[in-house]
Amino acid sequence: MRSKKWSWVALVFAVALIAAACGDDDSSTTTSPDAPATTAASGGTETTAAAAEALRIAVVSPSSETDLAFTQSIVDAVNVIAAERGIPEENIDVTENMFNIDDAAAALRDYASQGFDLVIAHGSQYGGSLEEIAPDFPDVSFAWGTAADTKGLDNVFAYEAASDEGGYVLGVMAAALTESNIIGVVGPIEVGDAKLYVDGFVAGAEANNSGATVRVVYTDSFSDVALASEAAQAHVAAGADAMSGTAQMVVGAVSVANDEGVLWFGTQANQSSLGDIVVASQVYKWEVILRDILDNIDNGVLGGEIYVVDLENGGEVIEFNDAYDLPADVRQLAEDTIAGIIDGSISTGG
Amino acid sequence: MTTANSSLRSRSRYVAYLVPVAAVVVALLIGAIMLLLLDASPIEGFREMIKGAFGSADALTSTALKATPLLFVGVGITIAFRANVINIGGEGQMVAGGLLGTTVALVLPDWPAVIMLPAVLIAGMVGGAIWGAIPGALKAYYGVNEILSTIMLNVVAVQLMNYLLRGPLIDPGEIERGTRIPQTERLQEGADLPLLFGSGRLHIGPFIAVAVAVAAYILLWRTPIGYRVRAVGQSTDAAQYAGIPVKRTIVLAMTLAGAMGGLAGAVLVFGSESHRMVTDGSTAGFTGSAGFNGIVAALFGGLHPLWTIPASFLFGGLLVGGNALQRAVQVPTPLVLALNGIVVVFVVATDRYRRLLRERASQAETAAQLASQAESNDDGAGEAAGGGVPPPIPPPPGSPPPKDEATP
Amino acid sequence: MSDFFTEAILIATFASGVRLAVPLLLASLGETFGQRSGVLNLGVDGIMLLGAFGGYYTVLKTGNVWYGLIAGIGIGVLFGLLSALISVTLLAEQGISGIGVYLFGLGMSDLLFLKLVGTPTPISKFPKLDIPGLSDIPWLGGMFFQHSVIVYLAFALVPLSTFVINRTTFGMRIRSVGENPEAADSLGVSVAGVRWATVTIGGTLAGVAGATLAIDLGIFQQNLTNAQGFIAIALVYFGAWRPIGVMLGSLLYGFVNALVLQLKTLEVIPPDLSNFAAMAPAIITILALVIVARRFRQPTALTKPFTRGT
Repeated sequence: MRSKKWSWVALVFAVALIAAACGDDDSSTTTSPDAPATTAASGGTETTAAAAEALRIAVVSPSSETDLAFTQSIVDAVNVIAAERGIPEENIDVTENMFNIDDAAAALRDYASQGFDLVIAHGSQYGGSLEEIAPDFPDVSFAWGTAADTKGLDNVFAYEAASDEGGYVLGVMAAALTESNIIGVVGPIEVGDAKLYVDGFVAGAEANNSGATVRVVYTDSFSDVALASEAAQAHVAAGADAMSGTAQMVVGAVSVANDEGVLWFGTQANQSSLGDIVVASQVYKWEVILRDILDNIDNGVLGGEIYVVDLENGGEVIEFNDAYDLPADVRQLAEDTIAGIIDGSISTGG
Repeated sequence: MTTANSSLRSRSRYVAYLVPVAAVVVALLIGAIMLLLLDASPIEGFREMIKGAFGSADALTSTALKATPLLFVGVGITIAFRANVINIGGEGQMVAGGLLGTTVALVLPDWPAVIMLPAVLIAGMVGGAIWGAIPGALKAYYGVNEILSTIMLNVVAVQLMNYLLRGPLIDPGEIERGTRIPQTERLQEGADLPLLFGSGRLHIGPFIAVAVAVAAYILLWRTPIGYRVRAVGQSTDAAQYAGIPVKRTIVLAMTLAGAMGGLAGAVLVFGSESHRMVTDGSTAGFTGSAGFNGIVAALFGGLHPLWTIPASFLFGGLLVGGNALQRAVQVPTPLVLALNGIVVVFVVATDRYRRLLRERASQAETAAQLASQAESNDDGAGEAAGGGVPPPIPPPPGSPPPKDEATP
Repeated sequence: MSDFFTEAILIATFASGVRLAVPLLLASLGETFGQRSGVLNLGVDGIMLLGAFGGYYTVLKTGNVWYGLIAGIGIGVLFGLLSALISVTLLAEQGISGIGVYLFGLGMSDLLFLKLVGTPTPISKFPKLDIPGLSDIPWLGGMFFQHSVIVYLAFALVPLSTFVINRTTFGMRIRSVGENPEAADSLGVSVAGVRWATVTIGGTLAGVAGATLAIDLGIFQQNLTNAQGFIAIALVYFGAWRPIGVMLGSLLYGFVNALVLQLKTLEVIPPDLSNFAAMAPAIITILALVIVARRFRQPTALTKPFTRGT
């Protein structure tokens, strides 16, 4: 019977823990400087009157909005646009972690039926579902990315990133900075945007330094952080002194780079916060195309166009980490490469 | 004396039914506290949840569609559990079924729906059945614990899916455009699950699932196969003594459970909005964790195929409502996952108490019957089977031929 | 292929295998205690995730890895006690209640991470320790004796667990409760008491395993364990309920994973076939289970709740 008494103690303790854990965030949200809500809110306060007629935008995305990668890039962009246009916070809705494709389809349909003006399906795997949903809501504009076609629908915009371009630039930099002439890349599964970026990175590295060996390993998982970490260790063991990688599980690899003092090149969002070894990141500025999309919607055009963010239109930016002391000549090389890609004199091979 | 007993009986039985419901209510109360702590109104939250799950025709459609794979998997669980096998390989079986169904739809020419629809659904069942038969055989013939082999086979299934969908089965258009999204092309229309009531989404899947649940009930309690399965589950020694081929029956139970999972996978593919198979690299991306949640539904339904029907719809509603909650109140999705966990723990943890109450009710019933028989009055006829305690095994309709099974 | 047989690569592969094995080893050692006493706890992965977040968050806030480890222990004890309450006192179906704990841990750790941290932020890791003398041994030194402190601690638990299970009164009670609870009960051993203790030990080590994973990676992300807790349970069967066997199983699983990764890195395995290589650890485990199951018998009372007088 002693065990029974203890079981009650344990239960009360557990409830207290849950309460304490959840309660803590009340204090931390106010102090946390990077709470995503604040950007949208500051835009909203000045134009509350416009709330009624302002556009309503919804985002459905597969991972967490603070993943330092794919989902964060679109949420940041929507917040930028909202601030620019004075769209109040309550008109912006984000459904994150919709990795299940049927759940995502249900969310898209729900937002469309609630009368959102723009519903962003931020995952290439959502395309098949969108093809069925969009025709049912001809008055709603959908944006689908990353994708290269609108499936012939006139209320769907498609958007993608020429991630091979940024990858190429980062590859050139890595090849210039490596001393061991061995560069490692950690990828998730060899598909879509990840493959595009990796291929661009490899092309850039090999073009700039024919003596360099670039090794690519796909861990076959978007979520296995430990495996990404070990993949990075494997690269380091093989002599790599510069690495890159894509998708949300690479935080494990960046952590290894930090320990081993290996240079890191990031993509999808600015990863400088992960350490001084982050040389530069390719960042997607989806707001560049969101502006066009919203202008189109204002003019009654709900879809049919395909957008690509690239270095030329400023939708893709190489952000250098101030904490890393980048040699001036490599910085210049990077700028030249960017210029070369923009004017067409350099081909990324992608 | 009789009245006292019968009131005790009805009260115990009544309370027994209420126990799992109370468990869910308590879990939801904890959810309410968590919502409060997340600065969201629990009243508004639960209102949105119920509205999102049951509040409109569209909501009900979502719930029915969400419940469908849970019911298939849950029915499979009830079959396996009757043979004392715990099938937690639903995730892998769903993937295997989806893959084989998809492959058949891609390989066969565009035949009419009357041929294609059964073909792809059967293919799905076969795929899942294979994925269930392997751990079944490993358990029966090599003594490998099914919980572990199914966990490992889930890992194998997800890698197989990722290989096939980015390789042999990929939409050729994805290669041409260089976008390489790991998905098939839109599968042939003959294999689409037919839509009902002019709805854009509600297909025949939920109805197939209900029919399958009824069929499983009949199989378990009205056929020799079901008799064998339950006999093996109650005591392998006794079953062996009665001449039942124990090992083959275990393999059969797992194969059937796998087939149910496979059917769930096929229905997900051919009833999806996109009418194709897509992967995000994980099992949950395809299954929505129905392989796990189906276990919960089956348990909530007292491991009885018929009670699993309402249980699946309730849990489907909880999942759909949880997603609606996230959209409406903007609370993070993991909250719903954590809540689900609490519901499962509470339901399982109180299950023994419910059984105790039911036993007490049965005892009171027997006592009442004895008493009433003494008064030559038969008011205490046994109630229909249902709930956690399996009804006594009826004599087999067709007596199974006695087969000897080699002992290990 | 010739690339592979260089000293540096071979040492790195083995060292990587050891690192991958550590969280599995800790979790499966703990689970061994529970299973030897007849309780299967399927919630290991959930407890690992909570321990991982607790450890990560504590290190993030205090900067001290040892406080993080203590947090992992604390959370492990707490959820070990809760698991014991569910499966020992409330006699819940063991194969299913653990899934509830898993779902709770998966959701709760992510929720707390989103609310309290948000963006993955690196933390400090366990200090590295080269064992004097041993770390200088060619080959073996690099493989086994140049790791972080926690690695040695984890492996030190193996002989300790063997000793406790085989040589102490407590261990004898664990075994008797797992084999024949009725007999143990009639001899005056508290079946529930022993099981509360073993399940709590299991929870504690699961919490430690999670904290170790997070602190060794120096980062947290949703579903950080990626179902390692389930693998750990399989490894208990693999190791035939013996700490040494569990250790060998964890090492084998870690090595196969490390080897596959290394072969992919060196492009020995072409990318098209990498999925099949990724299946290898699971398939090898199944095959090993077949062999183990033929040789060893599981504790008789495993997964069977015990009530006196039924």
